Amino acid sequence: MSETQARPKKLVELNDLQLSFNPGKSNEVKAIDHVSFDIYEGEVFGLVGESGSGKTTIGRTILKLYEPTGGEIKFNHEDVTNLKGKALSEFRKDAQMIFQDPQASLNGRMKVRDIIAEGLDINHLVKSKKERHDKVQELLKLVGLNEDHVTRYPHEFSGGQRQRIGIARALAVDPKFIIADEPISALDVSIQAQVVNLMKELQHRHSLTYLFIAHDLSMVKYISDRIGVMHWGKLLEIGTADAVYNHPLHPYTKSLLSAIPVPDPEVEMQRQHIEYDASIETDGQAREMIEVNPGHFVLATPQEAKQYANDQK
Amino acid sequence: MAANTNDFVIVGAQNSEANEHISKPALSFWQDAWRRLKLNKLAVISLWFLVLILGFAILSTIFVPQSKANAFDSNQVGTYKNLPPKSGLPIPGWDGQIKEPGATEKTDVYTTQNVPSKDKFLLGTDTIGRSLGLRIVVGLRISLLVAVAATFIDLIIGVSYGVFSGWKGGWIDTVLQRIIEVVSSIPNLIIVTMLGLLLGNGIFSIILAIAMTGWINMARQVRNMTLSLKERDYVLAAKSLGESSTKVALKHLIPNMAGTIIVQVMMTIPTAIMFEAVLSAINLGVKPPTSSLGSLISDAQNMLQFYPYQILLPSFVLVLISLAFILLGDGLRDAFDPRASED
Ligand SMILES: Nc1ncnc2c1ncn2[C@@H]1O[C@H](COP(=O)(O)OP(=O)(O)OP(=O)(O)O)[C@@H](O)[C@H]1O
Ligand SMILES: [Mg+2]
Repeated sequence: MSETQARPKKLVELNDLQLSFNPGKSNEVKAIDHVSFDIYEGEVFGLVGESGSGKTTIGRTILKLYEPTGGEIKFNHEDVTNLKGKALSEFRKDAQMIFQDPQASLNGRMKVRDIIAEGLDINHLVKSKKERHDKVQELLKLVGLNEDHVTRYPHEFSGGQRQRIGIARALAVDPKFIIADEPISALDVSIQAQVVNLMKELQHRHSLTYLFIAHDLSMVKYISDRIGVMHWGKLLEIGTADAVYNHPLHPYTKSLLSAIPVPDPEVEMQRQHIEYDASIETDGQAREMIEVNPGHFVLATPQEAKQYANDQK
Repeated sequence: MAANTNDFVIVGAQNSEANEHISKPALSFWQDAWRRLKLNKLAVISLWFLVLILGFAILSTIFVPQSKANAFDSNQVGTYKNLPPKSGLPIPGWDGQIKEPGATEKTDVYTTQNVPSKDKFLLGTDTIGRSLGLRIVVGLRISLLVAVAATFIDLIIGVSYGVFSGWKGGWIDTVLQRIIEVVSSIPNLIIVTMLGLLLGNGIFSIILAIAMTGWINMARQVRNMTLSLKERDYVLAAKSLGESSTKVALKHLIPNMAGTIIVQVMMTIPTAIMFEAVLSAINLGVKPPTSSLGSLISDAQNMLQFYPYQILLPSFVLVLISLAFILLGDGLRDAFDPRASED
């Protein structure tokens, strides 16, 4: 790498990760198709792509909720691909998840107090009832919920409040790394910003690292340091948020960007959606991640890479 | 009239903060469920009814031993047989009078059969002069025993088999489901007959037969629920927090299928009681002279036209218990679902 400035430490490393659902059957889905990328400590890595591109699957595989069919996952320089038992639960204390659908991610039969304290109980992080109570109150305050809410059930909350409960649950075990799987896509636009700001604030306060999954590039750009673009289980492009957003290389990224509406009627009138021709993924040629600009990679053949570089000028 | 705005005070809702502070008392899950159950009058009545009946059945083992309900004096069958219910009060239908077969007028059977005046049978007697009341009490005991056994088997074998099979998935699930199919393809009657041959007829082989087959529906339903629930985000969240499989099952899976489980149990209980009744009716059930509600009903069948009370009374008890279980089940299902609460 042509980097002069030392990069921060790698927290999560994916090497050639693969996962197929129903392998060997007629309905086999290659949900993750040879994906490699790193997430640096303290950064927000945005992962975008259309519905069904495998973003959720990647997130869940990192947390070992799914078993990868191949490749390797490293966390804090340690291989976690085959962790089991105690080592696995130690790892899971460091890596947590915020879910796409706040309604579905909370058990409707449990009170908010018990939902938030679940991680505390499992990992024996509190000694007494009093300590448990105090910790729950502290977490509620942290995510901006009222302390009296502990005795309520999830269905008695609004969507944004539920997502805050989910965030509090994840924070209870004091993780280093949080996978946020479209944490705002199920929320009202007016609350989306609140939740994103809360997440940003928490990131600073607790020095967290995020994998932020979304299918809306504009929101990801706002929160992320670097962005990865996915399509059909493959990672097509990685770069800094600015590079991907303002100088996209891959035609798919360009197509994604052209789909974002612009809040200016005159510009919006001119906006033309660029159709994406997926045949460049399926022609069977060998492609790999090529660094076109420093820190900006694209999945391409050497010729295509040159072409992409030329197109930019 | 000039309204003075100062006279008006906004009650409540002064600010949204105050609204948010309205909190509920901290009740545990069970206290909460109990509070919701109490909202359902029918369920509460059923619950009390079943508690009373159960208490009565347990106490009755002291006062009504089986030998007493079975005993009859073969020399006095003519005196005591087929006596109608008599309360000692002039209540029509409960005064010891009945229309004898073929007669047009009601007769006081107690006088025509020269029953000593100190003897009266609240629920009448059967064809050989045994007190129907005592026999129903014994029958009730046996039916409740079958019901309780069926419930336990359903809950313990059915639920754990279903959760295990669904949670493990893969080839374990496939094997376990094939086993269920094999077991369920053997007709119940064959199992009971075989057990009857091995162990002799009786309550024990009935319970064993229920144990061998009664959990299958529960296991199937629970497995299906588990398959769908285990993909829920809150289960994944619990897993990612490091929860063990057993705890996930107890905290997340089973509470969320409590409704299904309860409905299934409440269907199993009447089925089991009826199963016992049917078996007794075809002489595969309890051995005479022991009575069960089923054997009482089947014994009285031939006499339906002449002595209807002999079949109506045990049937009434059977229906009442089954109904109480069903109504209670309905209430419990709602009580375990916080979303169903009306407040
Ligand atoms: N449990 C599963 N069994 C089989 N196929 C699955 C399963 N889960 C996901 N898939 C498939 O894997 C692919 C990737 O799904 P994934 O949920 O990761 O998409 P996503 O990028 O998160 O989409 P969205 O933006 O809609 O959440 C899809 O084609 C999906 O149909
Ligand atoms: Mg998803």
